[in-house]
Amino acid sequence: MQKSGRTCSPSFHNRCTDRFLLLIIFPAFLLVLLSGGTVFAQNTGPPVTALQKASDEDGRWLISAKDYANTRFSALDQIKAENVHDLRLSFTFSTGVSRGHEAAPIVADNAMYIVTPYPNILYALDLTRPGGPLKWKYEPKPLSAAQGLACCDVVNRGAVYSNERIFFNTLDGQTVAVDAKTGNEVWKTRIGNINLGESITMAPLVVKNKVLVGNSGGEFGVRGWLTALDANNGHVVWKAYSTGPDKDVLIGPNFKPFYRHDQGQNLGVATWPPEAWKIGGGTVWGFISYDPALNLIYHGTANPGPWNPEQRPGDNKWTAGVFARNPDTGEAHWFYQWSPHDLYDYDGVNENVLLDLPIAGQMRKVLVHPERNGYVYVLDRTTGEVLSATPFVHITTTKGVDLKTGRPIEVHEKTPRFNTVVHDICPTAPGGKDWQPSAYSPKTGWLYIPHQNMCMDEEGIEANYIAGTPYVGANVRMYAGPGGHRGEFTAWDPVAAKAVWKIKEKFPVWSGALATAGDVVFYGTMEGWFKAVNAWTGELLWRFKCGSGIIGQPITYRGPDGKQYVAILSGVGGWSGAIVAAGLDPRDGTGALGFVNAMKDLPEHTTRGGMLYVFALP
Amino acid sequence: MFSRCRRSGFFSVLALLWAFWPAAAIAAVNDDLPKRALRICSDPNNLPFSNQKQEGFENKIGNLIAHDLNAEVKYTWWVQRRGFIRNTLKSHQCDVVLGVPSDFAPTLTTTPYYRSSYVFVYRRDSGLNIRSFNDPALHDVRIGVQIVGDDFANTPPAHALTSRKIINNVVGYTVYGDYSQENPPARIIDAVVAGDIDIAIVWGPLAGYFAKRQAVPLAVVPVSPSADRSLPFVFDIAMGVRHGDKRLRRELERVIERRSKEIEAILDDYGVPRIGTRLSSRKGRSEWKSSISSRH
Repeated sequence: MQKSGRTCSPSFHNRCTDRFLLLIIFPAFLLVLLSGGTVFAQNTGPPVTALQKASDEDGRWLISAKDYANTRFSALDQIKAENVHDLRLSFTFSTGVSRGHEAAPIVADNAMYIVTPYPNILYALDLTRPGGPLKWKYEPKPLSAAQGLACCDVVNRGAVYSNERIFFNTLDGQTVAVDAKTGNEVWKTRIGNINLGESITMAPLVVKNKVLVGNSGGEFGVRGWLTALDANNGHVVWKAYSTGPDKDVLIGPNFKPFYRHDQGQNLGVATWPPEAWKIGGGTVWGFISYDPALNLIYHGTANPGPWNPEQRPGDNKWTAGVFARNPDTGEAHWFYQWSPHDLYDYDGVNENVLLDLPIAGQMRKVLVHPERNGYVYVLDRTTGEVLSATPFVHITTTKGVDLKTGRPIEVHEKTPRFNTVVHDICPTAPGGKDWQPSAYSPKTGWLYIPHQNMCMDEEGIEANYIAGTPYVGANVRMYAGPGGHRGEFTAWDPVAAKAVWKIKEKFPVWSGALATAGDVVFYGTMEGWFKAVNAWTGELLWRFKCGSGIIGQPITYRGPDGKQYVAILSGVGGWSGAIVAAGLDPRDGTGALGFVNAMKDLPEHTTRGGMLYVFALP
Repeated sequence: MFSRCRRSGFFSVLALLWAFWPAAAIAAVNDDLPKRALRICSDPNNLPFSNQKQEGFENKIGNLIAHDLNAEVKYTWWVQRRGFIRNTLKSHQCDVVLGVPSDFAPTLTTTPYYRSSYVFVYRRDSGLNIRSFNDPALHDVRIGVQIVGDDFANTPPAHALTSRKIINNVVGYTVYGDYSQENPPARIIDAVVAGDIDIAIVWGPLAGYFAKRQAVPLAVVPVSPSADRSLPFVFDIAMGVRHGDKRLRRELERVIERRSKEIEAILDDYGVPRIGTRLSSRKGRSEWKSSISSRH
């Protein structure tokens, strides 16, 4: 499940600053020291292949994830480990919106495009003029009812540029195409029904002139889907559901899942009690990746809902897993389920990074996926076979993944049951890692993962009330995992299947990561620090305090002046930051589905407000 | 929040004026003053509770309170879903929510003004006579329940059926429904009438109101047991104000006390099944004359 935030106002970070800095820097320093041995043993990454290579680096940033492989790696290298300490603020832009800013700025045609949280304003900034002034803005004016009808937060994860058009989604369920030069609307298609609780928060991807969009709103009992719209006119080309009969899921003769339990007819019906699949969840709100050589797109599906696990015996296909589909027809080629019969709200929508890596001495086309359930999976992306699944956080809910069956080995004592107290459930509902996307550097060969370090207790039940109906729910409380810090930034070697270095952060690291050929990796913290660290060692090289906490996606580009720039949206919010963005009551620890308990001190560290920050060397 | 205008002092002045000024002059003064506002947070499309046409029983009770306090009702309409309290009451858009469970933590609650129960709803011509969750017949009929969300949040009947391993004959209706239709939570009652399901287990006020308006006679029977270990089926419903707004709570509690007969009449009018009638309240607790009202 996903969840919201606000605009950049000046930080009021005054109390305890010194102690606070120590909290961040010292553990990072310690970890770097501790992990040094590993670092130097790994001096050369695997060979860079065509898919990953940005040899034709044009300095633009067209897709949230930079490339179809979702590496978030830029070959630009003006800014490097040796000079990043000189990085200076170049210009800023206030979005005027104060909910959580999760989007990546898009850069093309000497302009930068930013889409805000609800009301989903699209801004174009002119990069050819000093200070990046506003070129045009486009306001889709989504239904204000969407705020109350949408499940969670009013975030938006960004736009995509293709063929001189900007495509993005609105909270109330529309996909819009806008002329990148003029800001004029080209087409607008309503594909989500807000009256059913469907909303859209994801960043679309354009593949072969089709705009790929999926829905959000599993909490409301919507049925998940991914659809393809014709980029020319917005007409629906195909729509693939995540539950139900094979014909709805676009499962046909070419569907060849690797594991036996995914083989069979109409499993999207048969693995549920009768009709439960009709409101079964499996929404599609993560980033999509694409392998042009295999002609396959890869997308995750969210958790099953809104039934309690005991009410939906079975694997609940095709929720909490990953599909490989043909982008032309939507036809499914394979599926793998991270969490069959999900018990913990582990949406399977985290990014799938497509890499070619030497696994057991052989180059394999793989898909690397840091999953909510706490494992980094390496899958053969041609077949869906699991090559490795290794914990990257503290896990108590499972004891590993059985590579023969592909299934996680469940720990029965940690199974939540209604009105039963279960302590020490790790990871929590937002997972070892939520939506915040990782980056991969072909230079180091490592994946840079922003993530949580949290556990939760389920303690009895509490009364609640919705739509005139009293109900009862589990009293969930989340708290810091081992070590007492709530976030980590981890460099992960997907070949050796182990962490190389880790930086501890006070709060969950809810921003995306950016890797560059200058051996600098960028990410932001919920207090508002935008950080540059050494890709090899994790050493903190530079940081800047933004006005509001950072939950956005950093990007880099080459400006019209030939200089390399780095950009990030600040504006705290999202599920983790809802306590600030939505002003939740810190006394009610069960707010934001139990996340508030773990974030009670966030309002002491940041305030809301959306602002773009762009940096460059002097 | 009720506009704070030092009312008691103001009224003393009025009383003095009344004593010494001609009546006509007093009336003129009164008309010039804006009435205080009773600012209610409410769902615009959820009968029998409320709607924008003010046809719900909470709308009627709101009018009654306003009349008693010589105030004017002002509504903030917001769909009663996740974030409702946060976006309305807690954002100071309005000051009172007229129906919440009396132990509803996000608000400060008044003494409860009615007590209702989850009920079984079935067609009288169905031949069913189900009164308890322990009735073995529940294994053999198609049962509709309302589904709220994941993370173990659900209506008590959904939990009660699961614990009895009644799973495969249960149909879920999201409590949210399709908001483009009128009163979306009511679809489950329509399904009983249409025969899509044999029996629905729903919150009493919803069932009582819509059962009354069907061409087909429906039985509305409070469930038993009234609690399943720690799982409650009976809830006391109160009014909720912002934490800290004790003054408004006190005012509302006085109105609930003064107007209890009229409130009961409104609830009767809307067919709200009640468990007991409220006798009085003392020290924040309502006392109930226990009796089960059901229409079978």
